[in-house]
Amino acid sequence: MKARTFSIGGIHPEENKLTHEAVTQVAALPKQAIFPLSQHIGAPAKPVVQKGDKVKVGTLIAEAGGFVSAPIYSSVSGTVFKIDTAIDATGYRKPVIIINVEGDEWEESIDRSDKLETVEAHPELTPEEIVSRIKTAGVVGMGGACFPTFIKLTPPPTAKAECVIINAVECEPYITADYRLMMEHADEILVGVELLMKATKVNKGYIGIETNKPAAIELLTQKCAEKFNASTCHVEVVPLKQRYPQGGEKQLVDAVIQRQVPAPPAIPVNVGAIVQNVGTAFAVYEAVMKHKPLFERYTTVTGKKLQNPGNFLVRMGTPMQDLIDACGGMPEGDNKLLAGGPMMGKALTSTEVPICKGTNSVTIISDDEARRKEPQPCIRCAKCVGVCPMGLEPYLLAKLSEVKNWERAESEDIISCIECGSCQFICPAHRPLLDNIRLGKTTVMGIIRTRNVK
Amino acid sequence: MNFILIAVIVLGAIGLIAALVLFAASKKFAVYEDPRAAQVSELLPGANCGGCGFAGCGGMADALVKGADAGSLEGLNCPVGGAVVMGQVADLLGMAIANGEPKVAVVRCNGTCEHRARIVEYAGLRTCAAVHACGAGETACGFGCLGCGDCVEVCKFDAIHINAEMGIAEVDEDKCMSCGTCAMVCPRGIIELRKKGPKGRRVYVSCVNKDKGPAAMKACAVSCIGCGKCEKECPFGAITVENNLAYIDPDKCRLCRKCEKVCPKQAIVAVNFPAPKPKPDIPESPEIPESLAQSKRKEDQA
Repeated sequence: MKARTFSIGGIHPEENKLTHEAVTQVAALPKQAIFPLSQHIGAPAKPVVQKGDKVKVGTLIAEAGGFVSAPIYSSVSGTVFKIDTAIDATGYRKPVIIINVEGDEWEESIDRSDKLETVEAHPELTPEEIVSRIKTAGVVGMGGACFPTFIKLTPPPTAKAECVIINAVECEPYITADYRLMMEHADEILVGVELLMKATKVNKGYIGIETNKPAAIELLTQKCAEKFNASTCHVEVVPLKQRYPQGGEKQLVDAVIQRQVPAPPAIPVNVGAIVQNVGTAFAVYEAVMKHKPLFERYTTVTGKKLQNPGNFLVRMGTPMQDLIDACGGMPEGDNKLLAGGPMMGKALTSTEVPICKGTNSVTIISDDEARRKEPQPCIRCAKCVGVCPMGLEPYLLAKLSEVKNWERAESEDIISCIECGSCQFICPAHRPLLDNIRLGKTTVMGIIRTRNVK
Repeated sequence: MNFILIAVIVLGAIGLIAALVLFAASKKFAVYEDPRAAQVSELLPGANCGGCGFAGCGGMADALVKGADAGSLEGLNCPVGGAVVMGQVADLLGMAIANGEPKVAVVRCNGTCEHRARIVEYAGLRTCAAVHACGAGETACGFGCLGCGDCVEVCKFDAIHINAEMGIAEVDEDKCMSCGTCAMVCPRGIIELRKKGPKGRRVYVSCVNKDKGPAAMKACAVSCIGCGKCEKECPFGAITVENNLAYIDPDKCRLCRKCEKVCPKQAIVAVNFPAPKPKPDIPESPEIPESLAQSKRKEDQA
């Protein structure tokens, strides 16, 4: 079968999946865990613990601060040291809860057995019940954007969901956390997919995987065939041709079901698709079946100069420094530290930043590879236009942002930009296209918001 | 001959009809323009900086005339022309002068390269807006001047520059027209328009760091740590500490400089005061320009 892909644009950066075959290790407990209150898109969570409170693994420490928000659970047992500020992935000091770790005592409600629960064995799980458990457990999109999952599962009444698409593309270079998760927990993921399909009342599911992960494609195809053979549900593994940014929601919908999501405010469900990350499917399984709130995740710690890069099952709140130490320590010389991969990752200013719900990778790039080249004048080659997966004109948007022509930038659809960075990657003149576009996009979105308020 | 006559008559008739139509139209659709607006426009500086809050000097002139008709010029002020221009405008419109206190842009950051260590290197687009969106910048202070010069770019009066040695923005008081454009564009809200003060003397907290003491101290040697010593010391109740940051109310401050002396971090700055008695071994040079004298004084304190 010929592998599909999305219809316009895209690039193919060097893969550098150094940790493909590195079996996931369980990361050591940190001495002190740091929980930022903004780990998701939307309102920050509100702390419900105070200094000196004793918490267990899985204790609620902060409740959702609004509709678009998610609660936060402790990943460790111990004492709340203080509620303070600390540098998080945004680069600024933000409110956090700091817990001193003592022992490893779990809440009794969490089922820690390895037994595979099935949807058939739990008839009490109505769609509403599933969504409510997901909401309570604080599950958010695990691909990096951290949008609260329960909102995605309750689409607006104007749109009707027809299928669930599981994003197992992992098109970002270096990262292998999702791949390892699929290889090690395929059964749980499929139950998670089933739960997601039941919650959204659809019976069609797809799992999109790029062809650079043949073992995962084979394993999941076989498991799907076994599991859904006699079922009313139908889940299909869709092999996809390697192309970045295939993991973008809109690109994935295009690649898998050949439908194009219109410009914002349209979302994939407007064309009938609900897209969830494979990590989210696993988190949904654990939340619904094992009553385990979201407090640990699979994370890749990688970098060419790193001694022992690897994949880790890590408790949230663990400082990145602990993981880097577990991989042999920070390499010599100047390095660039990223939360996420080299394409969309966020550069950090401190190694004390904790692992959060969306940290799929800690990537360390050495100075010589990370350093940008001196920007040259635009030579009008239009390569950026060719690779833009959203069909935009990056050179123009960047220029419009530079000269602050916000009206024109808006009419040129700057808010459709998904900030994938393909334009900047391909630009032979090394122009800071995305830097400018991102600034313009933020400004234009601000203008639109104030206009809508009026 | 006949042809010429016909042509003249026809053209003359068309001309006459067109003239009548134009005359009628100009009477019917006449827009009344207050002659005073044009006169006020003449008086205004014509920089079109937008510091008054209107779209250029024309907009301001219209607003002034409208204000005069309504009976008050309150809230209308040309920061560039200052009291002189506003006085002339008020005379022309037969109004009393409403306001006048001259102001100046003040960069509330003292985090020069020597005080604030660079902990990372930023390699992306070098504008303050871009760096601000990306994170705290090259230092650990998430509030201080980024030194990329967004303010320099928008200043129409060449009054603000980045001091390359110090890595922060500096205002040239003589050139600053207090239009406030720099304050508007600064993504961190560091620049404040403050009363210029008598002889340009003023005391202010040169820091906007709202972090708690230890964090602020770690990021910068001269940050306000919110200790509250100045608040206790001030005999006029001009200083308030909120969110770990002191602020001096320029309306209440009497320039006694007691706060400056008690500040343990040299975050409070007093400018344009006569220098303390010169030390015998350093000859005083009267030729130092004001901006340099200001930085020199800061160094002296440090």
